[in-house]
Amino acid sequence: MRTFFNSLFPPQASNLAPKVDAIYFALLGLCGFVALLVCLAILFFCVRYRRGSGADRTPPKWRQRPFELAWTITPFFIFLGLFFWAAEVFFGMSRPPRNATEIYIVGKQWMWKIQHPDGRREINELHIPIGQPVKLIMTSEDVIHDFFIPGFRNKQDVVPGRYTTEWFTPTKAGSYHLFCAQYCGTNHSRMVGNIYVMEPAEHAKWLAGQPAPDSLIAAGERAFRNRGCSGCHAPNAAIRAPLLDGIYGKQVPLSDSSLVTADDQYLRNSILLPNKQIAAGYEPIMPTFQGQIDEQELNAIIAYLKSLWEGDVR
Amino acid sequence: MTTATLQAEPQPVARVARTYLNERTTIASWLLTTDHKRIALLYMVSITLFFLIGGAAATLMRLELLTPQGDLVASDTYNKLFTIHGVVMVWFFLIPSIPTVLGNFLLPMMIGARDVAFPKINLASWYLFMGGGAFAVFSILSGGVDTGWTFYTPYSSTYANGHVIAMATGIFIAGFGSIATGLNFIVTTHKMRAPGMTWMKLPLFVWSLYTTSIILVLATPVLAITLALMALERAFGVGIFNPSLGGDPLLFQHLFWFYSHPAVYIMILPGMGVVSELITCFARKKIFGYQFVAAASVAIAVLGFLVWGHHMFVSSQSIYAGMIFSVLSFMVAIPSAIKVFNWTATLYKGSISFHTPMLYALGFIGLFTIGGLTGLFLASLAVDVHVHDTYFVIAHFHYIMVGGMVMAYLGALHFWWPKITGRMYPEWLAKLAALSIFAGFNLTFFPQFILGYLGMPRRYHVYAPEFQVLNVLSTAGASILALGYFLPLGYLLWSWKYGKIAGPNPWRATGLEWTTPSPPPKDNFDTTPIVTEGPYEYDPRATEAELRAAHA
Ligand code: HEC
Ligand SMILES: [Cu+2]
Repeated sequence: MRTFFNSLFPPQASNLAPKVDAIYFALLGLCGFVALLVCLAILFFCVRYRRGSGADRTPPKWRQRPFELAWTITPFFIFLGLFFWAAEVFFGMSRPPRNATEIYIVGKQWMWKIQHPDGRREINELHIPIGQPVKLIMTSEDVIHDFFIPGFRNKQDVVPGRYTTEWFTPTKAGSYHLFCAQYCGTNHSRMVGNIYVMEPAEHAKWLAGQPAPDSLIAAGERAFRNRGCSGCHAPNAAIRAPLLDGIYGKQVPLSDSSLVTADDQYLRNSILLPNKQIAAGYEPIMPTFQGQIDEQELNAIIAYLKSLWEGDVR
Repeated sequence: MTTATLQAEPQPVARVARTYLNERTTIASWLLTTDHKRIALLYMVSITLFFLIGGAAATLMRLELLTPQGDLVASDTYNKLFTIHGVVMVWFFLIPSIPTVLGNFLLPMMIGARDVAFPKINLASWYLFMGGGAFAVFSILSGGVDTGWTFYTPYSSTYANGHVIAMATGIFIAGFGSIATGLNFIVTTHKMRAPGMTWMKLPLFVWSLYTTSIILVLATPVLAITLALMALERAFGVGIFNPSLGGDPLLFQHLFWFYSHPAVYIMILPGMGVVSELITCFARKKIFGYQFVAAASVAIAVLGFLVWGHHMFVSSQSIYAGMIFSVLSFMVAIPSAIKVFNWTATLYKGSISFHTPMLYALGFIGLFTIGGLTGLFLASLAVDVHVHDTYFVIAHFHYIMVGGMVMAYLGALHFWWPKITGRMYPEWLAKLAALSIFAGFNLTFFPQFILGYLGMPRRYHVYAPEFQVLNVLSTAGASILALGYFLPLGYLLWSWKYGKIAGPNPWRATGLEWTTPSPPPKDNFDTTPIVTEGPYEYDPRATEAELRAAHA
């Protein structure tokens, strides 16, 4: 019985899964009920009023309009209720908790490259401990992909040229499918992988077995120096460029006197398309790094910039 | 001819009546015809051929999916197969099906006109359609396209191999055929109605064609522009959608779905119109709530333009936009629900008989209800996140497009076959076909709902082994379905020559098209009819009384 159920229903392995499934089952109940009602009504009428059945066919006395209004207004309110419920869960899906581990994902035809905050990398595999919220910050090197974990009931398109995010807290140990859900070319159906959810102790053991990596932030700091960013952005540089310490999350005034929040996307644009948004009070002299820095190095630089607190770069 | 009448010779008894079919019989008389009925038949033959192409692609896909490994065809081939299947079925079968075949044939007759408003443009539409089809077939034969029917950028504009531009050109050209047909129908409905045929006396099929035409005219140009921009980027590297050229990939999706969501209603509204005609005739009842059903068509057409973003909940569009699209998607379900309830209520106290067209109509209601209800799952934001781009979506829209639209098309074809050809189809064989299509359809697509919730993504050539059982069931269903489709192909052709003579009105249906001989003369009506009654003046009690009298 259990295995039969398991072949009809995916594992529930994240904090989101029970919430999504609750709506799913409510919809199943409601829709099953309505479908049954319609089918039974049709069957009943078809039998009772088949030609020659001798049933009474005197036109009914009641008026039609009240019926029609009833089956217009009732669905309206039921639908509103469903909308709010599903929207509420959806809203929660887009609000990762503050303590979430940030993991960078880069999709490319046809593989997933994964960077942990401590600099470890994985390909098509992701090892995470139970109970720790995870926020994925994702982008693509080529076409649109989609990071889909059915067991977690979560999916999000991975779009070139921008960051998208997705978060979840794994709740059950095991190995779960990772699928690319947005068609991306020849080997789309092979752009798959595994998510390993482990007990925290297991996970620690697994970590210890991995070669100690250079942390993502350290790699970012090195790139910041090697790519010549520090030549302009250091406090004692000859060129006037904004200091970048504490920039993440700040409101940055732009030359067109608007304000933007310096999030991942803004940092990305500042590096790849520096002339798109110019920081107020500076000359637009920063060169573009489009085509020179690959997505993974970019992720490292951004992780480094995010790690800088005010005063760090003095 | 004239001399004969002048001499007032006695008429030969069994003289063959002059009909639109035997008026002139040269090939040129068909290819240059401006008769809406002949153009309808030209379309019928063409879309049947396209249906066979699309169906062949589907057959190969279902065979490949029998096993989890990719063993029958290579991945590239598989990707081309689903692209061919989607493109051909959507643009060269479903969108033209009911409007261009039955709409062309019936619209003028149903409103008491001799032809559509612009007969020559009507013929030009068919040539545009065929021209577009030629490009599509060229692109298939010369290596195919692997973008999927959705042509998402930057894959289609930069990374895809194959003749993407030829395929897009085909759709572009065929689109102009659609626009011309839509315009023609709109003007015909406004200007060519017989005296007394007021808007509230129009058959519901005409209402549905009218609203469909409005969508065709308003939405198709957007598709044309979108495909043209995609081709520009692909051919000349103009940065519109590809971010590495400074474009925005989501812009493409917005434009594409701005057309393609309304296109769903282009595909289903005419089917709904057909069902209203069939249910009333075979239940011998006036439609329950004519005004509500007609207004629901209009509401669907209007709301249908405002929900395109529900294809993009996980595309990284703003979550607030997602919420607005979600709530509007729930709202567009209401008029569809109204129609289902009104059809069901029409059966109440009817005098119901179960000829083949009625079986299709009842099948339509059941399958469309399931398709519509599962649409609510997709409109619910959090659930859509999970089932988007999985087999759940595939199952959902096949329930609407195949369970709904193809059932309606076949029902309509059987219902009006005696009018089109003057002959009856063989009833028992037809019932057998209808039942096997219904059974095969459910066996094919119901398992896909489960597959989708389990998480099997669409467009997967190889898949995880635990999905195999459900895929085998689905393929088994598809073979029954295919058999069901071949039956009508055979017996309808047979009946063209050997079927029982039908007479002008074998179903004793109301509606002006049944007042002329079958097949109709070239000009439809000898004298322009004058309309005094509503479209569905059926009386179940009179039918029952006749039946008793006949048995007494
Ligand atoms: C030639 C000097 C120069 C170099 C090299 C340079 N930048 Fe800049 N950068 C600037 C200037 C000037 C600005 C302010 C004007 C603007 O917004 O374009 C700026 C702005 C920025 C901003 C936005 C800051 C804000 O307050 O809005 C970021 C982030 C940034 N740079 C990161 C980098 C990174 C990372 C690198 C190395 C990969 C780099 N820069 C290399 C000169 C430079
Ligand atoms: Cu992919």
